[in-house]
Amino acid sequence: MSTPSSATTPAAAVLCRGIEKDFGDGEARVRVLRGVDFAARAGEITFLMGPSGCGKTTLISVIAGLLDPSAGAVELFGQDVNLLPPSERVLFRRRNLGFVFQQYNLLTSLTAAENAAVPLLAAGMKRPEAVDRAKALLVKLGLGNRLDSLPSKLSGGQQQRVALARALVHEPRLVICDEPTAALDHATGESVMELLAGSAIHPERAVVVVTHDSRVLRFAHAVAHMDDGLITDSARQTLST
Amino acid sequence: MNYVALRMLMGDRAKYLGLIFAIAFSTFLLENQSSIFVGIMNRTGSQIADVADADVWVMDPGTEYFEETKALKDTDLYRVRGVPGIDYAVPLFKTNAVFRTAAGNFSSAVTLGLDDSTLVGVPRKMLLGSWERLREPGAIVIDRAGYDRLYTGEPLRLDRLLEVNDRQVHIVGISDAAAPFASFPIIHTRYSEARLFVGPQRSQLSFVLVRPAAGVTPDEMVRRIEAQTGLRARTSGQFRWDCVWYYMGHTGIPINFGITIAIALIVGLVVAGQTFYLFTVENLKQFGALKAIGVTNRRLIGMILLQALTVGFIGYALGTSIAAVFFEITASEIATRGIVLLWQNVVGVGVLMFSVVIFASLLSIRRVLVLEPAAVFRG
Ligand SMILES: Nc1ncnc2c1ncn2[C@@H]1O[C@H](COP(=O)(O)OP(=O)(O)OP(=O)(O)O)[C@@H](O)[C@H]1O
Ligand SMILES: [Mg+2]
Repeated sequence: MSTPSSATTPAAAVLCRGIEKDFGDGEARVRVLRGVDFAARAGEITFLMGPSGCGKTTLISVIAGLLDPSAGAVELFGQDVNLLPPSERVLFRRRNLGFVFQQYNLLTSLTAAENAAVPLLAAGMKRPEAVDRAKALLVKLGLGNRLDSLPSKLSGGQQQRVALARALVHEPRLVICDEPTAALDHATGESVMELLAGSAIHPERAVVVVTHDSRVLRFAHAVAHMDDGLITDSARQTLST
Repeated sequence: MNYVALRMLMGDRAKYLGLIFAIAFSTFLLENQSSIFVGIMNRTGSQIADVADADVWVMDPGTEYFEETKALKDTDLYRVRGVPGIDYAVPLFKTNAVFRTAAGNFSSAVTLGLDDSTLVGVPRKMLLGSWERLREPGAIVIDRAGYDRLYTGEPLRLDRLLEVNDRQVHIVGISDAAAPFASFPIIHTRYSEARLFVGPQRSQLSFVLVRPAAGVTPDEMVRRIEAQTGLRARTSGQFRWDCVWYYMGHTGIPINFGITIAIALIVGLVVAGQTFYLFTVENLKQFGALKAIGVTNRRLIGMILLQALTVGFIGYALGTSIAAVFFEITASEIATRGIVLLWQNVVGVGVLMFSVVIFASLLSIRRVLVLEPAAVFRG
C-alpha cells in the first residue's frame, strides 16, 4: 500500500527544496535539475528511480555536497550544507556521509579490511583500531574469510560488500548509493541489497539508493520517481518482511 | 592516511620500481659526472696547490695558466725581490723534458726546477726516499704515477738511473704529487739541474714564488708586486682558478660534461616526472573516492608529497650509494686518484633531485586538486 508523502515533512533527514542545476554556459547551457523537491527520512531506505540521464546522479551529488546547486537549498539534519564554508563541508561529509558507488571505487592496493577502514583513517583514527572495527563489520557482512584480500582477488559482489562496509564503518547519518547493484548479476545484486537493508537501517540514519532495478524495489520504504530533472512521483510503501 | 598513501605507491610495483630506478640513475649520473668534472678541473692547477711554500705566484703578463708559460727575464727575480714586504722570492723553472729508462721506456715529464738553495716547492709527501737528497748532483724526485709509467709493474726502488738530454740522472725520491691534468710524470729537481735537461734557451725562469713577510696578506702582496714590477702576480688560489677558467674556456670539457649532466637531469625530470604523473592519473578515481569520502585537499597534497618524497629519497639514497661505491673503487686506481665523490656534489644533487621530485608532484597535485569529486559517480 502506498500513501503520498509530503516533501516538506519536518522529520526529514534529507530535505531538498527547489533544486536547480545547470551545466555549461551560454549556448551550451543545459538545465539538468529543474526545481527538485525531495525528502528522505531517517530510519528508512528511500529509492530514487528514473530513466537514464534524468538527473539522479546529479541530484545525489548535490545532496552529498559534491556539487553546488544553481538554485534551491539542501538541508541535512537541519543543516543547510550550502551555507557551510568549503572546508567545513568536507568535514561534514567525512563525519556524516557514507557512499556506495556503482564501480565500487576501492583502493586497489589496500586489503578489504584496510579499504573498509579508510573513513576512520581519514578521521584520524589509529590504524590498528580502525582496521579492527572494519574487520568486525566485514565479518557481519559475510566477508570474514576475505579480510586480507586485495580487491582484485574479490568478486564484484564481494567488492561491493567491502564498499558497503566502507560506507557504514564510521556510522554516518546519511548513506548514498548510486546504482549499487547495476554492475552485479541479479542474484548477487539481490544479496547485496539485502545486506544493505539489513545493516544500514538505523533510526538515526537515512539511506538513499539510486537504482534502475525494479526487482529490488521491495527493500524501499519510500520511492521517488524522477524524469527530466523533476520528481514526478513520491510514494511510501510498507515493507513486506 | 600516510599509510594509505604509501600502500597506494608501492601497490603499483612496476611504477614504484621505475620511479626509484629513474631517480637512482639520474642521481648516480649527476653525482658521478659532476664529481669527475670537479676532479678533472682540480687537476688543472694541482701542481700549484702542491707548492705549499709559496702564497703568491709571479709570472709574465702573457702567462695565462700553469701548463703554458712565457719566460720571465732573469732580472725580473731581482725586481720582485725589491718589492717591500717580501719574506722570500725564489725562481721556479717549469718545462717538459723527455726521460728514458735503461730498458728504453721513455716519457715526457712535467719538470720543475726548484731554487737551488731553498728548494722551495719541493713535494712534501714522499712515498720513498727524501727530498733533501735533491742536493746531490743529478738527483731527481719522480711521482708515483710517473714511476709506474716508466717502470710499469715494477716495485718502487730508489737510485735507478734515467737519461735526459744525454745526461744521466738518478731517482732519490718517489713523491705522492697530485695528479696533473695531462697524465705525465712530475719530476722535481734543482733549478740548475733542470736547465741542463733542456736545450739552451734564453731564460729558464717560469715563475717567481713569493712568500710575503708576516703581516702582509697575499692579496696585498699581489697588489704591490703588480704595481711595482708590471708583472702578473696571483695568489695560489687565484692562479688555480685561472687554470680552471682557462680549461673551461679553451677545451670541450665543460660542454662534454654539461651534456651528460643535462641528459641525467632530463632523464630524471622527464622519466620520474612522467611516471609519477601517470601513477597519479591512473589512481585518479581512487583519489576521487577519497575526496568524496571527505579527505581534505591538504591531506591529499600531503599524501602525494609523501609518495613523491618517498621514491625520491629511496632513489637518491640508492644512486648515492652506487656513486660512493664507484668512487671507492676508482679512488685506489692510479689514473683516477684524487677524483672523489665530493660532499658538496652529493648535497647539490640532493637539492636538485628534491626539486625534480617536487616539480613532478606539482603536476599530480594539480590534477587531484581540480578533480571534481562528483566525478566518482560516473563510470
Ligand atoms: N558535469 C556535467 N557537465 C555537463 N553535463 C552533465 C554533467 N553531469 C551530468 N550532465 C548531464 O546531465 C544529465 C543528467 O545526468 P545524470 O548523470 O545526473 O543522469 P542519471 O539520471 O544519473 O543517469 P544514469 O541513470 O544514466 O546514471 C545528462 O544528460 C548528463 O549528460
Ligand atoms: Mg547516474
